[in-house]
Amino acid sequence: MSEKEIKSLEEIFEARIARDEKIEPKDWMPEKYRKTHIRQISQHAHSEIVGMLPEGNWITRAPSLRRKAALLAKVQDEAGHGLYLYAACETLGVSRDELFEQLHSGKAKYSSIFNYPTITWADMGAIGWLVDGAAIINQVPLCNTSFGPYARAMVRVCKEESFHQRQGFEIMLKLCNGTPEQKEMAQDALNRWWWPSLMMLGPTDAESIHTEQSMKWKLKRKTNDELRQQFIDQTVPQADVLGLTIPDPDLKWNEETGHYDFGEIDWDEFWQVVKGHGPCNKKRMKDRVSAWENGAWVRDAAMAYAEKQENKKVAKAS
Amino acid sequence: MSKNWPLWEIFVRSKNGLEHRHFGSLHAADAEMALANARDVYTRRSEGVSIWVVESKHITASNPADNGELFEPAQDKVYRHPTFYDLPDEVKHM
Repeated sequence: MSEKEIKSLEEIFEARIARDEKIEPKDWMPEKYRKTHIRQISQHAHSEIVGMLPEGNWITRAPSLRRKAALLAKVQDEAGHGLYLYAACETLGVSRDELFEQLHSGKAKYSSIFNYPTITWADMGAIGWLVDGAAIINQVPLCNTSFGPYARAMVRVCKEESFHQRQGFEIMLKLCNGTPEQKEMAQDALNRWWWPSLMMLGPTDAESIHTEQSMKWKLKRKTNDELRQQFIDQTVPQADVLGLTIPDPDLKWNEETGHYDFGEIDWDEFWQVVKGHGPCNKKRMKDRVSAWENGAWVRDAAMAYAEKQENKKVAKAS
Repeated sequence: MSKNWPLWEIFVRSKNGLEHRHFGSLHAADAEMALANARDVYTRRSEGVSIWVVESKHITASNPADNGELFEPAQDKVYRHPTFYDLPDEVKHM
């Protein structure tokens, strides 16, 4: 194809997206669209998969059967969400193995929030309430994104995600209505998860290199700063219900803007964690890679069994 | 060198009376495992009463580049629609 032909195809393509038409896997698309989507969807899938690890830590130690069943269901949902997203990503012509290879080699990123440790039961509450809360804010606009398989996966993810946040909030509420030690535990979890949750919504608009292109492709419908403000505005009143204090002395309601003003985010910490120097980066990758490697014999055995059965069928037929 | 599990397309009937609808895809070693995985991945909240699995390689799809010749001819055949035909107002329910 000549450069001119590609240029006109690109114009038709951009016009389709501007008209809110969906792009499906077999449609022509600019190489940059394909690559950006592979990067974003796989990062999203990796986050779901790595996100199971900090919570998996507490399944065997949940304080009651009710909590254990809920946490188990939540972690299972995350495995499912990872699968929906990997499948959507694979429609762009990349294999599951390549995606895993990118995660395991450190080439692909996942949400940096999962590099923080889960040291008390209250962390299960804070993750559900704050981390899933921030994730929902990020994900709801994606139900309308331009790439069909991604949008469809997100519709399913969002439908399932709301229970995650509610179960987290319920854990916090129970602790806050419990003994002083339990309430202290909830406050401590909020103190540790608040800032990382704000960072989770991504760098400030001024620093975000992908925002403009992503807005055009409807991979993003609101900027990181808009999403962050929305998250803060909706979460502060919830902290009030719990009777907890948000660990930000500069946080205060601004009558004029109708939003909360908040303090400076420590972006150095964010970039440190993104670059692999967070408290648990190494452990997460080690656990993930060893789960994959230790499962290799099971995958091979299942494949060998399937082939044997298939051969038996063929032998019988002939 | 181990072989990767093939890809399967999953179709779910959400309740009797409705058709099976494409829900998504997943990897599995064989059809039986594809059914088991589909149950876990796509029907965790009573979304279905029946599942079909088809290995993706068995699906032949039309090419969007051919959409013009495939689908445009239908656009000028308005006589396939009931509104093309003129009837007197007295005729009701037809």
